[in-house]
Amino acid sequence: MKKELQQSIEELISASPTIDKVGVEERVARFQTRSIKGDSKLQALKMGLNMIDLTTLEGKDTPGKVQQMCYKAMHLHDELANLPTVAAVCVYPSMVKIAKSALVNSSVKVASVSTAFPSGQAPLSVKLADTTFAVNEGADEIDMVISRGKFLAGEYDYVFDEIAAIKAACGNARLKVILETGELLTLDNVRKASDLAIYAGADFIKTSTGKIQPAATMQVTFTMLLAIKDYFDKTGKMIGMKPAGGISTAKLAIHNLVMVKEVLGNEWLTNQWFRFGASSLANDILMQIRKLETGVYQSSDYFSID
Amino acid sequence: MTKENRQVDSWEYAPSLESTNHIHIKKRYELFINGEWVKPSSGKYFETINPANEEVISEIAHGNEEDIDRAVKAARKAYTEVWSVMPAAERAKYIYRIARLMHEQARELAVIETLDAGKTIRESRDIDVPLACNHFFYYAGWADKLAYAFPNRKVESLGVAGQIIPWNFPLLMAAWKIAPALAAGNTVVLKPAETTPLTALKLAEIIEASGLPPGVVNIVTGYGDTGAALVNHLDVDKIAFTGSTNVGKIIQKALAGTSKKLTLELGGKSANIIFDDAPIDQAVEGIINGIFFNQGHVCCAGSRLFVQENVAEKVISKLKERLKSLYLGDPLDKNTDVGAINSKNQLETIERYIQLGKNEGAEMYQPACVLPKKGFFCPPTLFTNVAQSSVIAQEEIFGPVLTIQTFRTIDEVIQKANNSPYGLAAGVWTEKGARIFNMANQLNAGVIWANTYNKFDPTSPFGGYKESGFGREGGVHGLAAYVKFI
Repeated sequence: MKKELQQSIEELISASPTIDKVGVEERVARFQTRSIKGDSKLQALKMGLNMIDLTTLEGKDTPGKVQQMCYKAMHLHDELANLPTVAAVCVYPSMVKIAKSALVNSSVKVASVSTAFPSGQAPLSVKLADTTFAVNEGADEIDMVISRGKFLAGEYDYVFDEIAAIKAACGNARLKVILETGELLTLDNVRKASDLAIYAGADFIKTSTGKIQPAATMQVTFTMLLAIKDYFDKTGKMIGMKPAGGISTAKLAIHNLVMVKEVLGNEWLTNQWFRFGASSLANDILMQIRKLETGVYQSSDYFSID
Repeated sequence: MTKENRQVDSWEYAPSLESTNHIHIKKRYELFINGEWVKPSSGKYFETINPANEEVISEIAHGNEEDIDRAVKAARKAYTEVWSVMPAAERAKYIYRIARLMHEQARELAVIETLDAGKTIRESRDIDVPLACNHFFYYAGWADKLAYAFPNRKVESLGVAGQIIPWNFPLLMAAWKIAPALAAGNTVVLKPAETTPLTALKLAEIIEASGLPPGVVNIVTGYGDTGAALVNHLDVDKIAFTGSTNVGKIIQKALAGTSKKLTLELGGKSANIIFDDAPIDQAVEGIINGIFFNQGHVCCAGSRLFVQENVAEKVISKLKERLKSLYLGDPLDKNTDVGAINSKNQLETIERYIQLGKNEGAEMYQPACVLPKKGFFCPPTLFTNVAQSSVIAQEEIFGPVLTIQTFRTIDEVIQKANNSPYGLAAGVWTEKGARIFNMANQLNAGVIWANTYNKFDPTSPFGGYKESGFGREGGVHGLAAYVKFI
């Protein structure tokens, strides 16, 4: 039985299409020349805000900091009317309970990183315990990291099994699988890892931990979107996408939205299927919305930095 | 629905029209002869229209035999008295100056190109105009280095070059022709296409502003008769023509028995070949760029697609899917991917071929898209179930129409790709380097792109085999077309 599974994973990996980097760069450049203006821009900015996983993943995080971030998640900029909230806050497992109680009565989700984030250098039993702890604390979503070392060593079945095991431990929590593309080195690897994660049960695939550079480049996100597209065409099942790390401006966020629209279609343009993992993006978007409404830029001092 | 959960309904791009209030187009353009704007001796003018809305943009002088004679005389005088005796380094300065002025007016040139030709602003802004500038910059560099361009050979300029250019890349083709001619020390009489004369006339204004000595470049607008007068003029030393194979044949017949040098860049029916190991998603982009670039008005368009049998289904379904996300519409909108067909005439030709394809039993696919009410538009079109013997797979359509055939073996696809009277370009998509070189050796085409398509650069020669013409443009090869070896 185990042998059969291994064989099918090998087949899965060898069926991953190769990726031509130059071609990807060219296509990605086209998304960046789309001109988004007026109402279309305002709609995109609000959509972008609504897709943010407001994130703090520091060793020095304190309950106070997390509580303040949760308040911000629900009250992005009260001065502006009709703003959405962000999609979720993303914290370490030890902060899940605090975030959960701070967000009570709101629809903002709590996402927890797990599986020995960010390196993933721990045995499966530890990763499972980490995940189960976060889920029991009330996490709605789990952001796991894959074992990049095993992946690069060609132990695809190990990586696959690990994702499947974590997925089982998630229960009702949605699973985002972080590929840490900055460590995978090639787009071919990004594609293989995407297919591996999707077939092993990921609800979302996510580019990066934010701790390694480069993180969510458009080339990488594009490659992952194509994997999602192929899976959807084959099975009819939607998989979510979360670029994380490095998307700190509204402009870049809009380029990403254009890319999602043109590769996957409007159905993916909700926070159920697309997220930005970011900490400083929200304020830049707020500043742009303010600019659209008043015609002038306001000093960054007027936007809270929780 | 709470505000947190609100779903964003279908997000569409707002129209983003490039502004036209910074451009200057005269109501009427005369002929540019001997550094002056002169009235055509016939007194006749014709209208140039915007193919995207059928509105008249300007009136253009219709030059005749007499005007051509004036232009050639001016060019001859400028050649013997000024341009051929000027130090080469001085000639270079003028060409650099033209390049810089074009660069400065790039935005205006791009908008006018889009208005006159129907091509999207994205292409005229990002491809046509920058490439045209780069051709002038590139050849300016050769002007004072001619002695080193062809090792162990001495070269001399030819004299007066008569140049006739097509409507698909109006400014770019003018640059391809004028820049090497000037760098090699020749003077020029240029005849732009009747549907797209405006950017060549703007270039005449730039040339005027550059202080280029009068008569070195003359621009005579008109129809086929104007071009014929140029071809048949006795004092022209060289004819360079880009356009249809039919007209190319007429020109070559006309020049038989004369000492005029000739280069022809004619039609094509280029093969774009996808192997099963190709990066499929990027190949699909390459197919689209190959055939829908400039609405397929490209002599080297990858209009015959060959897909290896075992990936054909996948490639075709991805291609159809991708066509749905192309935006067709106002060429001035920065978000438009597919613009207008250049003229009513050309649209009718394309539609005739599409009908023919259906009659031949080929299966047609067009994505659902709303065509603008006015103007000449044609949706991107695919034909499957096509054979080598189908007329739509043999003749150049010069529009957004792709024929798709499958193949099994490498020998089969080489045979089929070469089985055409044309031989301009080809594309090969595979991960195997050795296969790329093998294909490049065996395909009978002037340009072969590997894992890309429709890439142009001033340093790289361009031209065809067989009925696609002879002579090369671009690079040092392009310079050879404008010199004689002594």
